[in-house]
Amino acid sequence: MKKTFINSVAAGGLLDRRSFLLSGLALSASYSLSTLAAPKDLQTNIGESLPIWMKTPGRNATEYGQPSPYEKHIKRHLEKNSPETATFSIWHTPIENQRGIITPSGLHFSVNHNGIPDITPEKHQLLIHGLVDKPLKFDIESLMRYPIVSNINFLECAGNTAPNAVSFNALDQSCQELYGQLSGSEWSGIPLKYLLQEAGVKPKAKWVIAEGADGGSHARSIPLSKLLDDAIVALYQNGERLRSSQGYPMRLFVPGWEGNVNVKWLHRLEVTDRPAFTKDESGLYSDVLDSGKIQRFSFHMDVKSVITHPSGKQVLPEKKGFYEISGLAWSGYGKIKQVEVSADGGKTWTKAHLDSPILSKSLTRFHIPWQWPGSATTLLSRATDEFGRVQPTRDQWRERYASHSFNHYNGIQAWRVSRNGVVENSYV
Amino acid sequence: MFKFIILAMLLGGLISPLVSADKSITQLGMALSEAEIKKYSITIFPNGTNLPIGQGSVQQGETLYKNQCMMCHGEEGIEGPAARLVGSDGWFSFSDPLRVLRIKEYPVLLISVGSLWPHATTVFDYIRRAMPHYAPKSLTNDEVYALTAYILYLNDLVDEDVLLDKKHILEVIMPGKERSISAWQDTTK
Repeated sequence: MKKTFINSVAAGGLLDRRSFLLSGLALSASYSLSTLAAPKDLQTNIGESLPIWMKTPGRNATEYGQPSPYEKHIKRHLEKNSPETATFSIWHTPIENQRGIITPSGLHFSVNHNGIPDITPEKHQLLIHGLVDKPLKFDIESLMRYPIVSNINFLECAGNTAPNAVSFNALDQSCQELYGQLSGSEWSGIPLKYLLQEAGVKPKAKWVIAEGADGGSHARSIPLSKLLDDAIVALYQNGERLRSSQGYPMRLFVPGWEGNVNVKWLHRLEVTDRPAFTKDESGLYSDVLDSGKIQRFSFHMDVKSVITHPSGKQVLPEKKGFYEISGLAWSGYGKIKQVEVSADGGKTWTKAHLDSPILSKSLTRFHIPWQWPGSATTLLSRATDEFGRVQPTRDQWRERYASHSFNHYNGIQAWRVSRNGVVENSYV
Repeated sequence: MFKFIILAMLLGGLISPLVSADKSITQLGMALSEAEIKKYSITIFPNGTNLPIGQGSVQQGETLYKNQCMMCHGEEGIEGPAARLVGSDGWFSFSDPLRVLRIKEYPVLLISVGSLWPHATTVFDYIRRAMPHYAPKSLTNDEVYALTAYILYLNDLVDEDVLLDKKHILEVIMPGKERSISAWQDTTK
């Protein structure tokens, strides 16, 4: 009976996206039949067989809510470091536990090159100087009176998924380990163009050196045109003031561009006619090409996707079971146009369903139902953005870069599913 | 004239005080003085803009390095665990048989200051603003020149007897410069 609803749309068990809903109805109908209760003894109270939480008054709420204690295992993962490098820390988001496109602020990935400063907001100021008519400073109280805009955007570190870029063999890692330098949030703040226009940018100006107020005074050179286009001085993340690890009291947010230019603890913008070649644009955040050339200022995060459900280090609980494949796609250039999924190692592909909202430079959620045939197979996802940019294969990506270059990796992800249902990172 | 003012008042009364959202009239920036700019303006540019007066030798730099830097960057500036300072980038360096293992342990050691950085001014800029990691901005300008000289010396980019200052630092040719290309194409202008 159930099988008549299920329409196979590609090899490897991928199904029409309505299949899940229809078969679910069939399942729930049969379930409710089997659970019809027997008549109760009239002498017993209704609570006798019920769980304790249905028979006792609950506790009060608290001033600031926390996740359920039963979800304590959902947490950021710290990339291995040492006491000597502890202030340069990389915290990964558990992206395989996330549904939807918003990452809880406390789980947002965080890369800190010199630790998290403790900034007194009343003493913090944003300075704008250099090639401007009027050098200006702003305190937070006055910034709060400017028009505030909000946008849902992804943020991704240039080095996200680096192990797949450089490792000879596919490391057995989870989605969090491989893809966790990626998060999605609603960011609210002041369009930077308002502040730059107020200072009066001189015609010669082409770049802005953005600097943080952390111990290392993190700095990046950013093209002025991008800052005038859609960058904001972010004061809020997901409706509340920024978390310390996200730049409290303010950060630069540059939609679609590598995480490192989204300068946290922002305190100074120096308008110039040239880049400064700061530490990170001189080494760590440059790309070494196959030709040996060192590519600098490759700001955009290119079109990319990953299946989060199921993903690395997970085990499918039921042989030949019915699963909802789900994942995330994003592009630093604009909107996601389509995501294709393959359940047979890339021989055949099917378009996945994209959930609303599909926003520019934002995580986009995709899903497709899948009847696992029970044999070993490989799951892949391939995203295309509105400008026709398509994710390359790992081999295609690696042809462009030196074997040790790890930034801006966006190759198609392959998850190998074994006969026993074990999901593992793999190369195809 | 009088009529004109009345007309303006009438018109003014009809126009809503709300303005279009793209025309921000919030102007709350306060004047920033030259002294304040000077206090915070620490960025050194590749053409030498902002380089301070001062000088330092390789020998002075070596002493400072051993006391304040070696515990993180290693005796030769290649061992880590903190970012590699010396040598060429890449997996295959036959002069270092343990390199692959080291890279696996600390991937940041793939790339070095000596191999990738295009301008010596950045070495000065970064040491002065961020190093040592546990006490950033604690070094004097002379000490920063000395440490810059020592790191450049370890990379065979300056002679042992160099006295580095704002003039000589601009004469250093970094290997990363010739290999550099920019991915940024400004299409808006």
